[in-house]
Amino acid sequence: MKTQWTVRSRILGIYVIAAFVVLLIPIAYTFLFSFNETTRTNITWNGFTIENWLTVCEQPEVCVAFGNSILVGLVATIIATTLGTMIALALVRYQFKARGSISLLLFLPMATPEVVIGAGLAAQFLTMGVAKGLGTIILAHTMFCLSFVVVTVRARALSLDPSIEEAGRDLYGSPRQVFWRITFPLLLPGIIAAALLSFSLSFDDFIITYFTSGSVQTFPVYIYVAAQRGIPPQANVIASAVFLLAIIGTLAYGIVNARRAAVRRGR
Amino acid sequence: MVSMMFSFEVNPTHTDHLTPPFNWQNYVDVIAEYWPQFLRSFWYALLATLFALLISYPIAYFIGVVLRDRPLIRNLLLVLVIAPFFISFLLRTLAWKALFADEGPVVGFLQTIGLFGPQDHITGTGFAVVFGLTYNFIPFMTLPLFASLDRLDTRLLEASSDLYATPGQTFWRVTFPLSLPGVVSGTLLTFIPATGDYVNASQAFLGSPSTTMIGNVIQSKFLITVNYPQAAALSILLMAVILIIVGSYVRRTGTDDLL
Repeated sequence: MKTQWTVRSRILGIYVIAAFVVLLIPIAYTFLFSFNETTRTNITWNGFTIENWLTVCEQPEVCVAFGNSILVGLVATIIATTLGTMIALALVRYQFKARGSISLLLFLPMATPEVVIGAGLAAQFLTMGVAKGLGTIILAHTMFCLSFVVVTVRARALSLDPSIEEAGRDLYGSPRQVFWRITFPLLLPGIIAAALLSFSLSFDDFIITYFTSGSVQTFPVYIYVAAQRGIPPQANVIASAVFLLAIIGTLAYGIVNARRAAVRRGR
Repeated sequence: MVSMMFSFEVNPTHTDHLTPPFNWQNYVDVIAEYWPQFLRSFWYALLATLFALLISYPIAYFIGVVLRDRPLIRNLLLVLVIAPFFISFLLRTLAWKALFADEGPVVGFLQTIGLFGPQDHITGTGFAVVFGLTYNFIPFMTLPLFASLDRLDTRLLEASSDLYATPGQTFWRVTFPLSLPGVVSGTLLTFIPATGDYVNASQAFLGSPSTTMIGNVIQSKFLITVNYPQAAALSILLMAVILIIVGSYVRRTGTDDLL
């Protein structure tokens, strides 16, 4: 069916454009105010300057918080993706007693409001006498990312044909060879998607982080704390730069994918 | 895995961990004191979920069904749907705060056309909080709706109109029921986090003391007044009510296998 531009779908199209304009306003605002000529608070427009982009780390807290976010995101993503992939494979490939309860445990964090998880974890760290800091943030992030990794990788693993692995074993592949040469490459798109998801979840998480961070600040925590007295424009610079990188990355990935699909269709 | 076990085992127990004589009085106290915030949280979350559904459904339908054979525009619009994820949601919420501020453009416009007097505000009202919640959760609503509508077989819609169904009948009897799994997961992905959210309702963002939600109470009990037993009791209550609501909702809509 070719797209039929009936009156109804035109009206729908106009609505969608209007909705997107409204949805993108705050992003445009954040971007615009990264160029605002100001020193401390960034509320009224004082004039255009690129100064803030050149002096990002002049507000050292902003840069430190940003560095912490990257560090936490990377470590939590690596741990959660590794563990999550193993759990997902175990859930798909083997029948064992605790299977049902593990699925339930993995589902719970996704069905729980973040305040409850945050308060629960913080209380646990308190009773165990663990000092809050980077370690506790990483632990908390690994925990909530794990669920999303398992769900993502499991979906991929379920779509794999077990007979391919059987064929590998029939051809005298050792278990290790079968895993690294067959299972892993086939799972890879799912694993990459899970890693990207978990990094972005970790990077933008505020509520759980706030409960488990102690005096260490990640980028969202910094913004929350600074919001009481005004956000310096450097925070907008960092957010805008991350946004641009992510958008460019997504678009590049989309274009590469589309081209690959076109090649496969023989064009 | 271990950390996850901990976080959930701790919830039922940390009340008596910290106040050795276990008692139910905490629960009675917090219900008596904070039932308005509880009701408000569920009311705001419900409103935000409904608005997000109403706003997102046409978007998801347009991308998933109308643009089905235009992969380029379609992927571009999908990127725009997830674009807000790439920029801190706190900064986006603060952007709305600035736009809705008393000296900001929106209030200024409403005052010029005479709808607003000098004493009227937007920030700090329930409207602003529900607006913020709706805005922040629209991508979580749009993506599952899109995933459902993307799989919709358009031949069914043609068949329906061939059988003389009006567009309204086609929508309510064919399209909407077939997209129900997306509606259920989208509403859950919005409702659950929105109920526990405390950023939008906090005073530094879009709220004021009159819009305090239960998340704000738990946060200040835990981190400011350091009243762990009450914070724990509130968390457990919040979770229990959410599980009951979600459980009966999922059963009513008849989609048991969400995962």
